[in-house]
Amino acid sequence: MATEVAVAPGHHEDEPDHMANYLIAARGVKSWLVTLDHKRIGVMYLASVILAFFMGGMFALLVRLELLTPGRTIMGAATYNRVFTLHGAVMVFLFIIPSIPAAMGNFILPLMLGAKDVAFPRLNLLSFYIYVVGALFSLFSIISGAVDTGWTFYTPYSTTSSSSVVSMTLGVFILGFSSILTGLNFLVTIHKMRAPGLHWRRLPLFVWGMYATSVMQVLATPVLAITLALLAMEKVLGLGIFDASLGGDPVLFQHFFWFYSHPAVYIMIVPGMAIVSELFATFSRRAIVGYFAVAMSSLGLALLGFLVWGHHMFTSGQSEFSTMLFSALTMLVAIPSGVKVFNWTLTLYKGSIWLTTPMLYALSFLVLFTIGGLTGLFLGTLSTDIHLHDTYFVVAHFHYVMMGGTVMGFLGGLLYWWPKITGKMYDESLAKVSWFFVFVGFNAVFIVQFIMGSRGMPRRYYDYVPEFRPYHQFSTVGSWILAVGFFILAYVLVKSLRSGAKAPPNPWGSAGFEWNTATPPIMQNFAVTPTITRGPYDYHEATEEELWDGFPEDFKKSEP
Amino acid sequence: MNTEPTMQLPGQWSTFGVGYDWLFYFIYWLSVVLFVAVVGAALYFVVKYRRRPGVKSEPTGHYLLLEIGWTVSPLILLVMLFHWGFAGYVSLTAPPPDALDIRVRARKWSWDFEYPNGGHSQDELHVPVGRPVRLILSSEDVIHAMYIPGFRVKRDAVPGSYSTLWFEATHVGRTRYFCAEYCGAAEQPVHEADGTDRYTGHFSMNGWVNIHPVDGPAAESVSGENTWRSGWASYLENVLRAPIDPATGHEVTPAQWGELLYARNQCNTCHSVNGSAMTGPTWQHMFGQNVDLADGTHVLVDENYVRESILQPAVKVVRGFNPVMPSYQGSLTDRQLDALIAYIRTLR
Ligand code: HEC
Ligand SMILES: [Cu+2]
Ligand SMILES: [Cu+2]
Repeated sequence: MATEVAVAPGHHEDEPDHMANYLIAARGVKSWLVTLDHKRIGVMYLASVILAFFMGGMFALLVRLELLTPGRTIMGAATYNRVFTLHGAVMVFLFIIPSIPAAMGNFILPLMLGAKDVAFPRLNLLSFYIYVVGALFSLFSIISGAVDTGWTFYTPYSTTSSSSVVSMTLGVFILGFSSILTGLNFLVTIHKMRAPGLHWRRLPLFVWGMYATSVMQVLATPVLAITLALLAMEKVLGLGIFDASLGGDPVLFQHFFWFYSHPAVYIMIVPGMAIVSELFATFSRRAIVGYFAVAMSSLGLALLGFLVWGHHMFTSGQSEFSTMLFSALTMLVAIPSGVKVFNWTLTLYKGSIWLTTPMLYALSFLVLFTIGGLTGLFLGTLSTDIHLHDTYFVVAHFHYVMMGGTVMGFLGGLLYWWPKITGKMYDESLAKVSWFFVFVGFNAVFIVQFIMGSRGMPRRYYDYVPEFRPYHQFSTVGSWILAVGFFILAYVLVKSLRSGAKAPPNPWGSAGFEWNTATPPIMQNFAVTPTITRGPYDYHEATEEELWDGFPEDFKKSEP
Repeated sequence: MNTEPTMQLPGQWSTFGVGYDWLFYFIYWLSVVLFVAVVGAALYFVVKYRRRPGVKSEPTGHYLLLEIGWTVSPLILLVMLFHWGFAGYVSLTAPPPDALDIRVRARKWSWDFEYPNGGHSQDELHVPVGRPVRLILSSEDVIHAMYIPGFRVKRDAVPGSYSTLWFEATHVGRTRYFCAEYCGAAEQPVHEADGTDRYTGHFSMNGWVNIHPVDGPAAESVSGENTWRSGWASYLENVLRAPIDPATGHEVTPAQWGELLYARNQCNTCHSVNGSAMTGPTWQHMFGQNVDLADGTHVLVDENYVRESILQPAVKVVRGFNPVMPSYQGSLTDRQLDALIAYIRTLR
């Protein structure tokens, strides 16, 4: 078939133009599928994780709808168990873990480093396809009967369940490799590909966050892989590893699982923090207070993340001594988290604060993560945890951290870098409306869950006793408000893609390095390798054109 | 102390209530203060320093002291919280020696409670007021967890081992318990005669803890929701009756059954109960003591150790004895193990 794409004279059709906008440098579906460009791989990841988020969100709405009334509302108990398992598994493994690192990290990290690409572009594409294969395996479990174990796959329930646990765990096993390879790639990239002048003290905080995340991905994910492999072996071959009736130890599984999954909590939240640090700097026009402390606190969280897995098992019968140790270490997590929150807050002081939608998301992160963190105190403290463990209090707590934290960071980053990625602006006032619904809806869903949890409502319950009814109904109505917010946001993004105004090179007036190149970037990122002469937050050293490009005229003129 | 729920916590039904709620509300108000301080400051700055034409941000300075301050000072609070939490936890794990033992067996999706006289109740737990009670939990299939919000206690019931939980109820009446560890659901509901569907699963593994007065009306005179009103002794004797041994026609307690098993399984060829060592160590004064092992370590003789010694005798070998004891894995049921342990406990 003859191509209809106009080709510049003297330029071969198959050869991408390295100086052209990456979106049009090469054309056709195939040019995307086999691309080695980190930006395109990032965009493909972005599309995939948004799809996963949509799916996970639908499952969440179903869960909340079922809980609208006690007893059966729309589905039976066995179906309900599958739906909440899918909600958790899809959100954790298909959305939140790859969301920021694989999608935005891929796109932004090399730009921030002044590099042409990541260190291993082919490995990068491979990890995307591994993700796709892993996702397909996990989704295959849905049509083959779905999983009803909860996303935690606790033994011996999972080894005795008749649902399709094997294909789900196999899927998660495969997804793990994608995560490991991305982490490895980023570590090498950060070490080896920094532009001249970009020493460690000038590294953007987003990069520091990615660095800490990558370390955790590389070190913790293999443990999950082994655990799930053992689980599958026990189920398929009847090896007695976790099953007490075969001489195994069921609690051992929990140790293995949380040895990965607690660091995974930081694999999820540290990237959110990383984005928020960028947003606070850009929209306050001010270097983050305590840059070094904020950078190191990411590494601190990564380190502590490996030492606290036992806090998920205070009631499981592990020894009193380990319980004490895990509680003490868990308390320490409050320190690096506090350092971040305090430094962000102080960054606002004497800044020049511009309340765009990304900044609103950054502030939401601050508010919601603070709630999530403070409620963590109830859970790290031993005696209070005994009562709250496995209740809705825990559900609310981790949603405040994972959704109030990571998802707010993700949305903030998505809108902040949207012009960079697509070359288009979005409708700011409509985006603010959607933010409002998301913020109000989120709080409506989860604030009551704290109360019903501390009053004794256990989690993963299909049915509930009458006194919890008002809380559940409030929460379900909240989920609808939240959904409205997301649908408006989807409309905002689609509208921007179809008819958004062309983005100026630096729409937010940021001093960050990723804005040093064209918007959207050219295929090889930079026409010449940039030399870095200042830090990414040195607003007083940045030039006026850098900071005021694309701003309303009256702002520019009134500058003294 | 009050059995009415507060805004955030269920009513207080056990001796743990007061201390627990104090700590909970302490952390709550601490959180409120910190939240208002951080978010209040942030909002104030956002309004005060909003972007205005002609006003530039001030370059960020160094705040070393502040930086050190907010890294170190939370540590003090954290140490305090850890300490209180740990102290509370220790009291949760150390039942008084005179506690009344109730065996709790969880299975999908019901609970079985076995009282010291050998009597059973299903799904309804009965305890006396004002007396420490120790639940010895085990599971026949997957992990479950006994959770009694009114008592502020929770503990997993793990297949293949025992775990314990204790409390002392302070009020007569009834309060709910739940299964807190996810354990699935039946694939299909049961169709009831009245046309409704009844679902069973994790969420239906709950019921009432009936807290009986020590003296009260006879068990026959109360029923249904009021069961808890009857006197504990009368209820134990008349409703939670000990089972009858068909061979003798007498009532047997688990300990008596254990004694029978001791003879029937020939444990008595190697173990004495009078203090003299035979091929194996004597069972007299064994339970609750530390024993020295052949590998130089020592171990406390508790339910889990005895169970392991019977099922996998070679794992922990007592010093001075040869590892000649046969394994009873597969030949003794969980119930029989429980009975043997109950018997061994009486010899301490
Ligand atoms: C052939 C002899 C023999 C028989 C029969 C036997 N045991 Fe043992 N048992 C031993 C020996 C020897 C030891 C000490 C070495 C060890 O710990 O394995 C022991 C240790 C134990 C211990 C640990 C004692 C301690 O002081 O720590 C328990 C409990 C026990 N046996 C229970 C039983 C029960 C219950 C039965 C019957 C169902 C039984 N044994 C039958 C020989 C026997
Ligand atoms: Cu954790
Ligand atoms: Cu259960």
